[in-house]
Order: sequence, then C-alpha cells, then structure tokens
Amino acid sequence: MFGTVFKARESGIVLALVVLIVFTATQNSRFLSGQSIRDILLGTAILAVLAVGQAVVMITRNIDLSVGSVLGLSAFTVGSLLRDNQGLPVIVALLAGLGVGAVCGLLNGVLVRFGQVPALVVTLGTLYAYRGVIYFWAGGQQINADKLPGSFLSFGHDSIAGVPWLVLIAVIVLVVAGIVLRNYRAGRELYAMGSSPQAAELAGIKVGRNTIAAFLVSGGLAGLAGVLFAARFGTIDAAAGNGYELNVVAAAVVGGVAVFGGSGTVWGAGLGALLLTVIGSALAVLDINQFWQQAIVGALILLAIGADRLVAVRVQRALKKRDSHV
Amino acid sequence: MSKRLLAGAVSAALVLTLAACGGTTKNDASSSGGGGQSTAQANPDAPTKSGVKMAFLPKQLNNPYSDIEVSGGKAALDELKGEYKLVGPNDASASSQVSYINTLIQQQQDVIGIAANDPNAVCPSLNQARSAGIKVVAFDSDAAKDCRDVFINQASTEGIGQQLVKMASELAGGSGEIAILSATPNATNQNAWIDVMKQELAKPENAGLKLDKIAYGNDDDQKSFQEAQGLLQSFPNLKVIVSPTTVGIAATARYVSSSSYQGKVAVTGLGTPNQMREYVKDGTAKEFALWNPADIGYLAAYAGVALSSGQITGTQGQKFKAGKLGDYTIGANGEIVLGPPTVFDAKNIDQYNF
Repeated sequence: MFGTVFKARESGIVLALVVLIVFTATQNSRFLSGQSIRDILLGTAILAVLAVGQAVVMITRNIDLSVGSVLGLSAFTVGSLLRDNQGLPVIVALLAGLGVGAVCGLLNGVLVRFGQVPALVVTLGTLYAYRGVIYFWAGGQQINADKLPGSFLSFGHDSIAGVPWLVLIAVIVLVVAGIVLRNYRAGRELYAMGSSPQAAELAGIKVGRNTIAAFLVSGGLAGLAGVLFAARFGTIDAAAGNGYELNVVAAAVVGGVAVFGGSGTVWGAGLGALLLTVIGSALAVLDINQFWQQAIVGALILLAIGADRLVAVRVQRALKKRDSHV
Repeated sequence: MSKRLLAGAVSAALVLTLAACGGTTKNDASSSGGGGQSTAQANPDAPTKSGVKMAFLPKQLNNPYSDIEVSGGKAALDELKGEYKLVGPNDASASSQVSYINTLIQQQQDVIGIAANDPNAVCPSLNQARSAGIKVVAFDSDAAKDCRDVFINQASTEGIGQQLVKMASELAGGSGEIAILSATPNATNQNAWIDVMKQELAKPENAGLKLDKIAYGNDDDQKSFQEAQGLLQSFPNLKVIVSPTTVGIAATARYVSSSSYQGKVAVTGLGTPNQMREYVKDGTAKEFALWNPADIGYLAAYAGVALSSGQITGTQGQKFKAGKLGDYTIGANGEIVLGPPTVFDAKNIDQYNF
C-alpha cells in the first residue's frame, strides 16, 4: 500500500515535469539544447542538496527553516577563506563549508532536543541569529569573482565526463541519503519517529539522538550547498541565500515529503527541486509574466498538500478495514 | 555659564516646538514646510563653519553600496573638519528610519544626510528635525521635497537612460536586437531609466536597435541567472543584454561568461568595478557605467556644511563649492545633480576600487 502510494506521488511529479518540458520544447526548441539542460541541472543541484537535508528533517516531523542562513554563512566563510588563501584545493573548501553547516545544524538539533521547543520556533530563531552573525561579520563587504581563485570558479561550471561537478555532487548526496533512508536501520528509525514519536520512543528508538543527527545532516548539507552557491555565482555578500528556506520547503513538500513527518523520500524532494527549477526556466523561456511563477509554485504546494491529505484519509480507511477483520 | 543658558533656551524652544507639533499637525507641516525654504537668506560669502555635526542615515547598514556612499561623506567631513556620524537600520523597510531620525534630533546634530527608504514615511520626523534647526540633505533616494532642504541626485534619469542606450548601441555595432534585464517590475529607479531608454530607442539614430524584451531578475542571483538564460533562448539573435542593476549585471555576466554564448552576446548596464572586473577582463562586459557612489556622500557632506554655514538655503540657482568635485548649482526643487555617470572599461577599471 505505502509503496504504491509513494510511487503514485512521485510519478505524478515526473508526469508534470514531462508535460512541462514537452510543451516548452514545442514552443522553443532551444529549451532542450545542451546549454539549457546544463543550466537547469546546475540550478537544481544547489536546491536539491538543500531539499535532501530538509526531507531528512521533515521525515522526523521537524522542520529546518535556518537553511538559507546556514547557506549564506557557509558561502561567506568559504569565500573569504579562498580569497585569503588562493592556493586552497576545492576539496578543502567543500569540507570547510560542510563543517560550518554541521556546527550550525548541531546547534539547531541540540536546541530542539534539549530545549523541548518545536523545531519551527528554534530554527526560525536561528534563521535570524545566523543571518545576524553574517551581517556582523561581513558588514558591507562583497566577495567578487575576481577575488576567488580560478580553480574554484571553474569548479562551478566545469564538467567531468559531461556531468557538471555540482550536479555530480548533488546526485551523490541524493543516492547516499536515499539508500540510507530506505535500507538502513538508522533511516527507518527516522520514519518511525515521524509517524509517531511516542511509539518510536516506546519501541526503544533513541529519538533525541536521532533528532540531533537529522539536524546535523540538514545543516551539513546546507553548508555544502553554500560552497556550491559560491562556486556558481561568484558574488557573495551578507544577503547570500536570503529567503532560500521557503524554496527548499516548497521543493520538499511538492516532492511529496509530508509536513507532518513519517512519509516521503529524498528522491521526491530532489524531483521537487527539479520541477521548481524547470518551472522557473520554462516561464522565462515562454515569456510568461513572472508574477505567475509564484502563483504556480503556490498552487503546486496546495496540490501536494491536498494529495497528502487524500492519501492520509485513504490509508486510515484501509487500516480501519483491516482492523475490523482482525 | 552662558553655554548652559543657551542649551537651556534651545531645549525650551525644542519643547515648545514639539508641543506645537503635538497640538496641530496640519498647521505645523505647512508652517515648517514653507518656512524652511524661504525664511533664511543665503549668503554665498559666509565663512564655512568647522565642527559641523553631520549624521548619515543610509537606507540600511551593511549594504556594500551604502557603505561606499557614506565613506565619501566621511572623507568630505574630514576635509571640512566636521564631525561624522553613521546610524541606520538593518532592513530597508519604509518605517525603519523614523526612530533614528528622532534620536538624531535629541542628539542635536547640525545636518542629517538621509537616503530615504520611503519618501513620505520619514517626512513628519524630518520636519521635526528641521523645525529644531537641523538641515536635511537627502541623497541617493529622495524624501518628499517639502521635508528636506536639498536632494543629491546621483545622475539625472535622462543621463542614465541615454548612457545605457549609447553603450548598447556601441556594443551592438549600431544595429541589432537588445534586451533589458531589470530588478523588480516595480523598482522606481529602474523603471524611470527604462522609460528614457525607450524614448531614446524611438529616435531615428537608434532605428537599427530592436528591444526584444524587458525581463525582471528581482535583484536575486538565481532568478537573474534564469532570466538571462530565458532571454538567450527566446531570442537567438540577441546581441546585447543591458542590466541597469548591480545584481542583475553581475549575474548576467557570470552566466554569459561560463556559457556557450560567451563572445556572441555582450553584457552592459550599471555595476560596480569590483564585481565586474573579472568580466571586463574576459571580454564579456566590454563597458558598463555607474556614478561613483563615494562622490554622492562627498557631495552630500559639502552641501550639508554649506547649508549649515548659511551659504545656501536650497533655492534654485544658488551655488556652492564641493571640494574636489568643483562648483555646483542647485536645480529646480532643490535638486543637485552629481554629474554624468562614469563609464568603466578594460582601460580604466583598475583605477577604481569599490
């Protein structure tokens, strides 16, 4: 039952994607040119990495609103690190970003776990707190492309075997998270916590520890996304990633990750990120007033939540029926 | 002793004025609005006062552009032996500057330099300041004209629109398709410049240029990337993208320089030398323009000190000296235009650092 439901949810997004791409391509064949596909995938990469982290947290019935600020903090840290140490290899930059994000995520997790405060409130607080740190530190500085080492900037748009580095990293993140959540005990525990925290606790799952771990993953991935952001845009100031959190939550929700936890996959979240990016590009190509973009994203979220509700009701009915047999 | 007496008298006067404000707002607005501009007589030969206390209140702190503007103000006040102060909100919302103005009144500043986030929201407070004898210089973004003494305009709307079309025409080789990538669809400055551009494009000498589309990147990197990409896909013959916003031009240049369009499509518009240096050198953006933001603050400080010294009062036709920038004349509605925008290219870009 669950398996087919999820499949149905994700195939819905795939269908929407196919329809959108085919329609746009018939209007303008350049939409399917190599350059265009590359741009869409590059744009998706950053959002997808964030959405995977968000999905992990949302599955445990929490939410991480601080990801935009964490991305900004990581991007600025890595940017100033590279500006001052031109010879630094890209891998060090990636690890530094990951580290900054992980520390922020750990703090979120600890506050949620030990403060016993809803994650919505904690991460709303840290959203502003982390942004405040960037403002305090960065002030009016801007790190520009001409101050960043060439190797780092080319990492932002170079490819290995035809696949851009950014996309490769996003795919690795997606596959690893997908497998862990699906096949490993640690992953299944997160779903159990999201379905019913009390039951999970009684079943001997270390709910507190897992919550911290989930925020750690989300923070770390937001930090990683910050490095990708810096490499792709090359211009970083204190406002980098401002407002990203809502796009990320939208991508996860559209991708079928339930806000109430316990269901959804990172594949869905990744597809949600792809769909949102394709919508953005398609509207620009189709010459549609961009005011529609927000309305369309909003409608998609409502549709996803509606589908969520429908599924929940059906599942409940199915479970009740089974109960009556027993 | 006499100083203390004076302070007492000033604060008593202040209390009285404030009380008057509280009583009848309507009366107060009309009396101070009219009074501020016409009562005092300008004396162009009055000595320049030293020790003038001028406070800068930019749109928001921590904004790279604002920081450069006020740095010019600081430099000018150092030259004039004045006292420089910087205060401001962290967000550029309409009401955020009001409490800062009230504080500056209490601190008895001589001049307030303000880049208004909203022309009307700051008006009542600015008029309170003016009735307390404080001169108000708006810069960068004007306050309503009956609540400030002068406005430092970075460049005339016409000047910028014409410059943008001129650069587009040069880069397109006199004819071809161009597109505009602006900030938000309702950005006042950008829309005014775009209107001038349209008028310029309608002129016979620009008949060869065709404006395909105006796209909006919302001053957001990602969104500007996507819009630039959309423009290039929708209009295969595009020769030039003009982006009259610093975020848009950097994002467009970065996108073009890392795509297969590099060398085929030129980027120009308004940007800062630091953010564009990389792309000027790799040929993506051969030339672009901007006024020097530091000069805005510099001119604002000179105007503020001239007001405070009684050399000008904000009436059209009055003249004053602004240090290294030379002589300025006040235009209609108390506007002082900084001058034509500076054009940056590979030859001169390394002389600028902002």
